[in-house]
Amino acid sequence: MNTSNIFHIKTYLLLLLMILFGSLGDILLSKGMKQIGEISNWSIISLLETFGRVFTSSTMWLGIGSLVIFFVSYVLTLSWADYSYVSPASAMSFAVVPLLGYTMLGEALSPIRWAGVGLIFLGVVLISRTPHRTTREDASCVQY
Amino acid sequence: MRTILSFAVVVLAGAAGEIAIAHAMKQIGEVHSFSLRVLTGVLRRAIRMVWLWIGVVLIALGFFSMLALLSWENVSFVVPSTALSYAVGALGAKFLLGEKINGIRWAGVLLVCIGVCLVWAG
Repeated sequence: MNTSNIFHIKTYLLLLLMILFGSLGDILLSKGMKQIGEISNWSIISLLETFGRVFTSSTMWLGIGSLVIFFVSYVLTLSWADYSYVSPASAMSFAVVPLLGYTMLGEALSPIRWAGVGLIFLGVVLISRTPHRTTREDASCVQY
Repeated sequence: MRTILSFAVVVLAGAAGEIAIAHAMKQIGEVHSFSLRVLTGVLRRAIRMVWLWIGVVLIALGFFSMLALLSWENVSFVVPSTALSYAVGALGAKFLLGEKINGIRWAGVLLVCIGVCLVWAG
């Protein structure tokens, strides 16, 4: 396998991790906060109790862990790929979350949301057809 | 006035923060391996990068401005800032990072912006 293929596979793999774990993190945090319940009282004691429930919730920790994986993948991808390539691709989670809600949780999707999901997919497909990197490799690139 | 100012801070600080982090990561150089030793080395270099910390501060500024904006404006007004930040980010990438954005990529960014707005509006 040549260097170019490895480069492409590495980029797509990291983007896939970003989209999967970014979406999963959002869903888990949303589910975790719903389990904890609405914050109706903003007193210090009540907020501390809420924080206590957040930090003892396994769902919340899974959500935080997913978002950490998302962030690490994002930052690592930025070490070689264009920001204008990676950033819009990360918007795919805006399309994946409603789709997961539709397929897994049976949530309704309005025609407007379907249109939005379609446009995001189309936009990301277009961006994925452009070069991953358009700036020169820094000569001071550090080898590990 | 404070709404326009906060909206501008949300969009500009968020995009500028991510551009600063992208610049820091480009200075570190391409990560060739994902072994624990390599990732630890990248982390050690990253936390010594001034641009990384500037990015973190700007992203935090954008985030807290969004929270403030949410406290006096509707979500439907605030959320398009997320979509707008992709376009502003692309402009920043072109003029600050020197990335060459062709017509196809601009079209993709535009579609993503409209798509994000529609998903939220729906």
